[in-house]
Amino acid sequence: MSAEQILFILVGVVILGSALMVVTTRKLIHAALWLVVTLFGVAVLFTLLRANFLAVIQVVVYIGAIAILFIFAVMLTRREQMEKGRQTRPNWWIPALLGALILTGLVVLILNLPGAERTALALPEGLDPVRALGSALVSPKAYVLPFEVASVLMLAALVGAVYVATVDKK
Amino acid sequence: MSIPLSWYLILAATLFCIGLYGVLSRKNAIAILLGVELMLNAVNVNLVAFWRYLNPAEMAGQAFAVIVFAVAAAEVAVGLALIISVYRRQKTVVADEIDLMKW
Amino acid sequence: MNFLIWLLPLPPLLAFFAILLLTNKKNALSHWVAVGAAGLSWLGSMIVFIKALGVEEFGKHIFESSINWLPTGADWFRIGVQVDPLSAVVLFFVAWTVLAIFVYSIGYHNFGQPKGDHDIAGLQPHGATVEEHGHKHMVPSIEPMYARFFAFICLFAFGMYTLVLSDNLLTLFVGWEIMGLCSYLLIGFWYGKKSARDAAIKAFMTTRIGDVFMLLGIAFAYSFSGSLSFRDIFQPQMLQGLASTPAFFGLSAAGVIGLFLFIGTIGKSAQWPLHVWLPDAMEGPTPVSAMIHAATMVSAGVYMVIRMFPLLSIDPHTMTVVAVIGSFTALFAATIAVAQNDIKRVLAYSTISQLGFMIAALGIHAYVAAAFHLVTHAFFKALLFLGSGSVIHGMEHGVLHTGKHVDAQDMFNMGGLRRKMPITFWTFLIGGLALSGFPVLTAGFWSKDEILAEAFGNGHLVVFIILAAAAFLTAFYTMRQITLTFLGKARTNAAEHASETTWTMTIPLIVLAVFAVGFGWVGIPEHFPALGGLLPNWFHEFVGGTLAEQPEAVAFSWVPLITSLVVALGGLFVGWLVYRKVFSPAEDRLQIPLLKNKYYFDEIYNFLFVRPAYWVAETFSSLFMDQTVIDGFLHSLARFSLFLGNIFRNYFDKPVINEFFGDGTGNVVKASGSSLRKIQAGRVQYYMVISLVLLVIFAFLFYFLKRGM
Repeated sequence: MSAEQILFILVGVVILGSALMVVTTRKLIHAALWLVVTLFGVAVLFTLLRANFLAVIQVVVYIGAIAILFIFAVMLTRREQMEKGRQTRPNWWIPALLGALILTGLVVLILNLPGAERTALALPEGLDPVRALGSALVSPKAYVLPFEVASVLMLAALVGAVYVATVDKK
Repeated sequence: MSIPLSWYLILAATLFCIGLYGVLSRKNAIAILLGVELMLNAVNVNLVAFWRYLNPAEMAGQAFAVIVFAVAAAEVAVGLALIISVYRRQKTVVADEIDLMKW
Repeated sequence: MNFLIWLLPLPPLLAFFAILLLTNKKNALSHWVAVGAAGLSWLGSMIVFIKALGVEEFGKHIFESSINWLPTGADWFRIGVQVDPLSAVVLFFVAWTVLAIFVYSIGYHNFGQPKGDHDIAGLQPHGATVEEHGHKHMVPSIEPMYARFFAFICLFAFGMYTLVLSDNLLTLFVGWEIMGLCSYLLIGFWYGKKSARDAAIKAFMTTRIGDVFMLLGIAFAYSFSGSLSFRDIFQPQMLQGLASTPAFFGLSAAGVIGLFLFIGTIGKSAQWPLHVWLPDAMEGPTPVSAMIHAATMVSAGVYMVIRMFPLLSIDPHTMTVVAVIGSFTALFAATIAVAQNDIKRVLAYSTISQLGFMIAALGIHAYVAAAFHLVTHAFFKALLFLGSGSVIHGMEHGVLHTGKHVDAQDMFNMGGLRRKMPITFWTFLIGGLALSGFPVLTAGFWSKDEILAEAFGNGHLVVFIILAAAAFLTAFYTMRQITLTFLGKARTNAAEHASETTWTMTIPLIVLAVFAVGFGWVGIPEHFPALGGLLPNWFHEFVGGTLAEQPEAVAFSWVPLITSLVVALGGLFVGWLVYRKVFSPAEDRLQIPLLKNKYYFDEIYNFLFVRPAYWVAETFSSLFMDQTVIDGFLHSLARFSLFLGNIFRNYFDKPVINEFFGDGTGNVVKASGSSLRKIQAGRVQYYMVISLVLLVIFAFLFYFLKRGM
């Protein structure tokens, strides 16, 4: 058991544990905070995978923006009586069962995947992941189109969100 | 010894299923969105793991992950705006009570 | 000449249409059209007759003209006209009598008189009240249906001319039937009277029976000989062929055809047993009686038999039937005539009797004698009928004058009319003497004597005796009639106040009287004592030439001459003797019920034929077959289909189709819809659960399928 593996297992436990808390905790604000923990864990995971840039982006965007958004939303839609009583629907066991089934199926698939046992190769010499990612995102031969489309998507989302959330002033 | 790919994949799958459970079983609409975030993160983990293990020289995995980030952000923005708007009308965020589009 | 013959029937036909369509409302114009037409035809007939007289051996060089009419395969059916000696003399008397009757009708229907008080079309006129010199009295009124009468008699004349002039059995039959129709129309002229309507139907039905057989005879003749024209049928080879072919009832073809044609004559000429219609036909106006029953229609029957004589005379059985029926009818009708009180009925039975004479004459091969008697009878019988009409008119005048209603036709209401109506009296007397066969001076004597002579001379003694007896009765009832009507004293007030009729009625009487006297002199037999040989027997020569072989004049014998003198004079004398003392029916010893009721033949026929026919029609056909059986069947069919329909509707249509399929489908859709729509709960997580479940299921399915392969 190498150090990496132990680290991985620890991070894995953190991620899964906090994820479980996210979906089971009663108070919504707690769920949001537990989500933050999960996101941190995923960021660490990215670092383990040598995707440094993505790790930083994860923290900045996901935690810094999205999780904050969540907390705002929770606070804006709060009601006292909402957080009493069950937070899960009746018949919660169906989704649980479903999830278990899907997990089982996926695990079986993964284990039967050829090359699932491989280990990570060393990164090629002279590869600068950030620089490569940057040029991949803007290079016409690479992924500039999805990149631009994603920006259009963000614009649409921006406009849409503003419009939807605007209060009609009579 | 290094970490086998399958560990990452299994981790991602588990995270995904937990997110799925959350989506399907939580009453609050915002809690559902939290579940969706978990699922998206699981996808991201999957993508990056495949990038690292299969062909790190090829930036497709990371680029895809970046796109997923963008999409997730956009989706959360719009989704929360919608929920707030619905909350203003119906005074509720319980998903089961927002059933105007039923028969 | 031939063209003129074609034109002869035309004027009355055109007059018929003209009167019906154009001049129906104008009385004077109508009778002028009618009389004019009769006059034109008379003129044409006289021209033809005189021309025919001028031809030597006319029988061999007759006037004829025919045209192709119907195409019959390779050949044509020809129709046409012909005038041979027989039809020439018949044409002569038809033309004269028709014209006389037409002129007579003007006066008979009271032309010039005012319209009646209560006269309705369809009933006899009842008189009009006029104001004269301050006091009112009734006068005879004009017939309301004046123009219609003239139209009908024009049609009648057309029918008779067609019949006389035709050269084939088909157009002869056409004329025959037209006259049948007209007799129906004219007998029922006063259709408002039920007795007239019934009489018209009776006449038509009875003659119809004869006509059916006649048509069968014609059809048989055509099928055998392929032609209906006389010339073709009377070819010697054709006659031979007809004579030698056996047909039904053991007769030869000629015999059957002759018999059937004769049955037509039995109907039309009112011989026993189809005689019942003629007395009832007296319901029609008197000119109609004169026309139909003296001059034209009944003579047509005899004419047809005379015409078909070459065919009839072949088979002895047919001739026997003819002779038997003729002589029986002659005696039979004469016995009934002596008990009749109506002036026209006497004459009706007299006509039947005289026709019997003619038919009997034909039955004993006395061709010329029958034709002779036909012509003379036409003249004097028409004279007698018109005279009786004049008498009735005079009596009606008296009835209107006195205001008391008595039957103007009953002889026992008359009497002494010879002083009041002299012209009528003398002409009637001449006619009556002619009918009785008064010697030498009257035409009837010559013709009747010839028949008796032929009967005796050829050895048909039974016929001779029967005819002689009938002749006696004829003279007897004729004198009875004259005595009761004209002689003696008036028995009622009406008779006292009778007056002579107008000139339009008396002039025709005089004209006919001339013929009734004079026509006999053209047929004086050669060997007649004293008178024979003075005038050639023109009639015998002329008419005898019609046949292929000139018939021989019978040898003279005193027996028939004496017999006819005795019966004629004796009958007249006895009649006068008995009846000059009789003043009422009670005193008349011959009012025997059997005779008065015509041997109950009407009742017998009613029982045997009329009532069963009514039963078949009303009870059997209408009530039973039609209403009960057929309608019942149809109704039950209808009920059955209704029942079936009900079943289909209530047990199949409604439950299965409507409810099960129609409503059922709808309900199933509704139910499934209303249950399936609950899937759309509007709850997102619910949708997602469902889709994930399905996804898992499919994933497993695919995985295991793939694994299996």
